[in-house]
Amino acid sequence: MSDVVQKGMPGGDARHPRALEQTADPERGAPVLEVDDLVVEHRNRRTGEVFRAVDHVSLRIGAGESVAVVGESGSGKTTLAMAATGLGTRGEGDIRLLGHSLSSVGRKQLRRLRPEAQVVFQDPHGSLDPRQSVLSGLRELRSLQPERTSWIEDTALLERVRLEPSILDRYPHQLSGGQAQRVCIARALLMRPRLIVADEPTSGLDVSVQADVLALLKEIRATTGAALLMISHDLAVVRSVCDVVHVMYHGRVVESGPCETVFARPEHEYTRELLAAMPGARWRSRQ
Amino acid sequence: MKTGTVNNVAVPMAKPGTPGKNGKKARAGALRRAAARVAALLASLLIALSMAFMLGRLSGDPTTTILGPMATPEQREALRHELGLDRPLLVQYFDYLKGVFTGDLGDSLQFYQSNTSMIMDRLPFTLQLVAGGMALAILVGVPLGVLAARREGTWWDRAASTVALLGQSVPVFWFGMMLVVLFAVNLGWLPAGQSGTPAHLVLPALTMSVYPMAQIARLTRASMSEALAEPYIDAAKARGITGRRVVWRHAFKNAMMPILTIVVLQTGILLSGAVAVEYVYSWPGLGQLALQAIQFRDFPLVQAIVVFGALVFVLLNLLVDVIHSIVDPRVR
Repeated sequence: MSDVVQKGMPGGDARHPRALEQTADPERGAPVLEVDDLVVEHRNRRTGEVFRAVDHVSLRIGAGESVAVVGESGSGKTTLAMAATGLGTRGEGDIRLLGHSLSSVGRKQLRRLRPEAQVVFQDPHGSLDPRQSVLSGLRELRSLQPERTSWIEDTALLERVRLEPSILDRYPHQLSGGQAQRVCIARALLMRPRLIVADEPTSGLDVSVQADVLALLKEIRATTGAALLMISHDLAVVRSVCDVVHVMYHGRVVESGPCETVFARPEHEYTRELLAAMPGARWRSRQ
Repeated sequence: MKTGTVNNVAVPMAKPGTPGKNGKKARAGALRRAAARVAALLASLLIALSMAFMLGRLSGDPTTTILGPMATPEQREALRHELGLDRPLLVQYFDYLKGVFTGDLGDSLQFYQSNTSMIMDRLPFTLQLVAGGMALAILVGVPLGVLAARREGTWWDRAASTVALLGQSVPVFWFGMMLVVLFAVNLGWLPAGQSGTPAHLVLPALTMSVYPMAQIARLTRASMSEALAEPYIDAAKARGITGRRVVWRHAFKNAMMPILTIVVLQTGILLSGAVAVEYVYSWPGLGQLALQAIQFRDFPLVQAIVVFGALVFVLLNLLVDVIHSIVDPRVR
């Protein structure tokens, strides 16, 4: 990790991965997610070859904060997000969700913990059961977690994500990409999560809808106080929504810091390349 | 257009399409699709009927079998006239089609009875056998396939795949005979043949279940492993939905269609004549009847059984379509 570049993050040793824990402003709230020195490896069943998808990564997200992990495809950002929410391979290292270490909690406790971290996936249609209408999907969640979900009525919930109530009777194939993603966000919101993990939430959507969905995520974070972990390859998306960014490259975090600083003065070569690849980068540099 | 505000900026509300117009269009489309499907099924039924008719005519002169080799040409001619075989082929063909559509499948040359009534007499026995066999096949095959898909790559998966492969490769008549040797001859637990009591059904149903069970298990594994890899499964888990519910309510419901299709089609195949099983156990079903008809060159009866099989197959295909449209909202 000697090549980790940290910017504007007080009190941390930039050369040690644990230093990344300092990315959050302690005043904004208790830690929601703490990832400490995480290593996740995938083994190819046929060849037995081991591929290290996440390589000694640490990060910390406090209540109400929005943190982004950026990087190209295959950089390990989705593996990191899945491990952090207890959905994927957990790997080595410690992951604490609301102070509970995922490696030491039992199955029952993990099931109780899971709703605290809700994931919004990249493919909105794929993440909805094709045989379940919007209403029956919400009903299922309500029947499984009646106490957690009783805080809001269906119509009010849909209004929060700016969907008409008539959408309730529809099946996923009858929804547009934007509508389906809003339904996914509504389903996540219904569980009143403390952390929302958005894994490329706009990359499957039309450009015209992307801004709406991002604005919605931003608003939900502001009104519910949930923390947001945004996984993206799109720096423009990250810049518009997040306060802190971690740049991942080949499974490692190579640069971290507040968005404005990292974007204005990138120090790692890879970050500079990412920024240069952003649409309009040339135009901006001329300005 | 309705709007909401985000960060004091008006944002348009996502508006659903116009359901009235879309609904009517969708219904018209569904009706058109259903009509096309029924037409296709009727066409395949007609092809099957024509083939049955042609094969009957190609299989030799039935008068030789009925009258024996010593009969005179005059006697043969008289019988041909009696059976209507001396009329032009086209006339015979349309006569036959007319009969089929009025429920008259002709008379047997061997038993001197109406083919329809003989088929109806034997049908309950075959139905018992098929119901028993398919129930066993589903009860074993589906859980086996689901288990293999859930534990993909483990020895559970390999064991289930081996069982399925064996089930598909073992010859039915050999497996039936082995069961008879073990359970009827050596252990004396179950009767070796004939019908009558539920105990008589056990061995034939078990024999019959092996092939469809293997097929169902393999298809369930493939279909479930695909469904379990879908993002909505991760999404369901992320919402805190329990493992068993995710597997059965979400993955299996979506993986069910190909399984259901194979179950119905296998039922059709077995219904139209489980010849080997019925022969091994002397089971008085349609398979035995077909065998007797072929041996005697009783072509009206063979033809009737083939027609009945085709009819069952076409109706079951239609049933698959209906079930599909009920189960899958995307097809409606």
